[in-house]
Amino acid sequence: MMETATKTPVKGVSIDDVKYKLIAENISASYDGIVAVKNVSMKFQDRAVTALIGPSGCGKTTFLRCLNRMHELTKNATLTGKVLLDGEDLYSTKVDPIINRRKIGMVFQKPNPFPTMSIYDNVACGLKLNGVKDRKILDEVVEGCLKMASLWNEVKNDLKKPGMSLSGGQQQRLCIARALAIQPEVLLMDEPASALDPIATQKIEEMIQELKKEYTIIIVTHNMQQATRVSDYTGFMYLGDLVEFGETKQIFENPRNEITAKYVQGQFG
Amino acid sequence: MVDSLISNIISSKCVMLTIKMKKGSPHVDKIFKIIALAAATYVLVIIAMIVINLVTGSAPVWQKEGISFLTGSDWNSVEDRESYGAFPYIMGTLVNAGIAMLIAVPLSFGIGMFLSELSPKLLRTPLAMVIELLAAIPSVVYGLWGLLVFRAYIQDWIETPLHNLFGDQSIIFAGTPFGLDILTASIILAIMIIPTIASISKEIMLAVPNSQREAAYMLGATKWEAFRLAVLPYSKSGLIGATILGLGRAVGETMAVTMLIGNATGAAAIPTSLFQPGQTLATIMANEFAEASQGGLHLAALVGIGLILFIMAFVINVVAHLLVAKVVKSHEGAVLA
Amino acid sequence: MITPEQRAEFRKHFRYNVGRRLVLDKIVKGVVFSCVIVAIVPLVAILVNVFSNGAAALTWNFLTEIPGAVGSDDPGGIGPAIQGTMVLIGMSSLIGVPVGVMGGIFLSEYGNNRYGRTVRFFNDVLAEFPTIVIGVFAFVLIVLTVGNFSVWAGSFALSIVMLPIIMRTTEESLKLVPVTYREAGHALGIRRYRVIFTIVLSSAKNGLVTGILLAVARIAGETAPLVFTILGSSQFISDLNGPIDALPLRIWRLSSLPYDSAVTQGWGAAFILIIMVLSINIGVRYIFLRNKEKTFLKFKKMGVAS
Repeated sequence: MMETATKTPVKGVSIDDVKYKLIAENISASYDGIVAVKNVSMKFQDRAVTALIGPSGCGKTTFLRCLNRMHELTKNATLTGKVLLDGEDLYSTKVDPIINRRKIGMVFQKPNPFPTMSIYDNVACGLKLNGVKDRKILDEVVEGCLKMASLWNEVKNDLKKPGMSLSGGQQQRLCIARALAIQPEVLLMDEPASALDPIATQKIEEMIQELKKEYTIIIVTHNMQQATRVSDYTGFMYLGDLVEFGETKQIFENPRNEITAKYVQGQFG
Repeated sequence: MVDSLISNIISSKCVMLTIKMKKGSPHVDKIFKIIALAAATYVLVIIAMIVINLVTGSAPVWQKEGISFLTGSDWNSVEDRESYGAFPYIMGTLVNAGIAMLIAVPLSFGIGMFLSELSPKLLRTPLAMVIELLAAIPSVVYGLWGLLVFRAYIQDWIETPLHNLFGDQSIIFAGTPFGLDILTASIILAIMIIPTIASISKEIMLAVPNSQREAAYMLGATKWEAFRLAVLPYSKSGLIGATILGLGRAVGETMAVTMLIGNATGAAAIPTSLFQPGQTLATIMANEFAEASQGGLHLAALVGIGLILFIMAFVINVVAHLLVAKVVKSHEGAVLA
Repeated sequence: MITPEQRAEFRKHFRYNVGRRLVLDKIVKGVVFSCVIVAIVPLVAILVNVFSNGAAALTWNFLTEIPGAVGSDDPGGIGPAIQGTMVLIGMSSLIGVPVGVMGGIFLSEYGNNRYGRTVRFFNDVLAEFPTIVIGVFAFVLIVLTVGNFSVWAGSFALSIVMLPIIMRTTEESLKLVPVTYREAGHALGIRRYRVIFTIVLSSAKNGLVTGILLAVARIAGETAPLVFTILGSSQFISDLNGPIDALPLRIWRLSSLPYDSAVTQGWGAAFILIIMVLSINIGVRYIFLRNKEKTFLKFKKMGVAS
């Protein structure tokens, strides 16, 4: 089922012509003895938003965490398969995970700014970690990233205040700025708006539209309206399988698979 | 769901109970509460009585010596020439505990970090248990081992080389390396307080949410960098609390230190060298009690020493508990350790 | 906004000193692991020394006889010390256990107020008091007043050492009993004290026993409070108003004697003491872990725990 979904290109889109930024091959993953992802393969286009949808517990978050080797930090985690970033295998034993995590930024479900650091330091700490010491560059990056996360206007006078003093939506945008500051090439977002109110959600969705001009974005969501609003491609996962993958329009308007159809029509989930 | 299941089981048990026994009179309920209240109040009464008894018991020495009981260095129990000053023992306590903390704190934080961040899950519980067993060994056994075994190693392998290297020119390594001195007592003391600090710091580090670590890993941090960036700042005040709690234990530790510190008195006990016999507030009480038990000014002086130690330990522990309680809601570890 | 040109410029400033950082990471891991080893070495060394030296002293006479005259050919035994420690544990528990458990009940069931928090706080502070101060207190309060060293004074001092431990563990284990248990009882109109005695206490039984045993293990090894209260003795106990011996006190006395036989006896006494203390500690932890596992499995069957 999954095989056909990935091997057959979506009609009308010459998927083979486009350069793929990130390719996941035969990913299977488990934790605590529970198999969460079963042999999933997916290709992610550069400068596009790919949404992963499915009912909770379908393995979409676990799959996302495999893409930047975050999954192996979970207790009792196992994983097989390959993830290619620009053709290079992330899971090759020659490469330490920390090198590629920096190229793949991640935004988590709940905002998790460093509570003891100021807003400025929250954004700048990733740069300092990677050896950037020049104060001018740090200032420029912090300002640029806060602007991209559309937070700059709200905090530009309070950069020394602790990150925890912000509201939930602002904290999440701060986390996005923190992820952008290390200049990643891919941005993974794990239900970034699930803990936020509608207005904050809208801000983040608008921001994703801006960011996709330069990034490969993969977003996990259980909100189907959100997937239709922000994504170009959508993969539907169910019980650890990738059931169907294609253009967002096609998945929602003309699903090929019966389960996908039932899910997008809201018959379960 | 399970709660309701359990309460069903319990309620059926209760139905049987209600049938079996009378519901009891409302007076018994009140009496029961009063008994429980009295038991809890007993703790406060004991602490108050400790203060009162130490103050009255030491009154004679305060009357005779005044403030110089705190600042003086004389310690003479010969009749008619009696004179008591606790200053050397206050210093001895601080220096001894200080050196022990210098050794124990980094080691304990290391252990805490290993157990919370690095240890495979299977190893974590048994290793934590082994560390806690260190706290279960009675002080007097540490003393016996220190006196009969450890002391010789310290003397031959640490003190003699250091003494030969730096000689009497250096102040802190001056004196004959005999093995029964401030250094040996401090090292044993460090071993004894490691489990306290280590198990509390482990709990505090484990209380840091994983999302914090993940944020650091996402930025490309190594394990150590994630610890430094996410875990350490988050657990700072708790770790300080754990350290102070360890200091509280170090200050009051008696038997092992008594058996190893060499027991100097008077001005000779003011610590200058590591290789010099010393004396702490706790050890002078244990050492001189037998001679002083008949009463008189000597006894009052020892009770006065007890009062000083009490105040020191009280202040340290109050500060520590305020800091630790903020982080770890229940510090069961502290009680078990 | 950051333009692609700017981004390229920023990336130039990154120093990908990954190699150095990974080496530092390895060093830190190594240092931290050696901290654990450094802490375990003394534990192993103490156990090995106590067991190998102590085993040599163990004979039936050593365990049952009274000590011989100091320096004489017949070193005798440590019978009074073993007996004294048992008596002291029993008598301290007579005060410490009921007061501690009732105090714990108060903190858990009635202590959710300012007074409860005050008691809890001072209880925690009392748990960390230097025990020698408690010994001096018992001396001033009882020995000086009555005029002689006694089992009573020693038991009183040790009961103060065990009280905060029992109170705290009782409170913690009662708090683990779900509120629904209590509500089920109250809903049937059973009086509060009956609910606490029949339902809450019996559900928290394991935690309670654990706390009491740990407190016993703790006071079995306490020496400092005994120095001021029981004096020590070389005879079996005959009078609760008189002095007695105790294992830790005997170890201290033996360690300061210049005779080989005394040293051997010291190791022997330490052997007995450490067996007592460690078997309680290890046993309690073993049972505790196993029970936790059991409850976990039970919950797993019910489908709650994952």
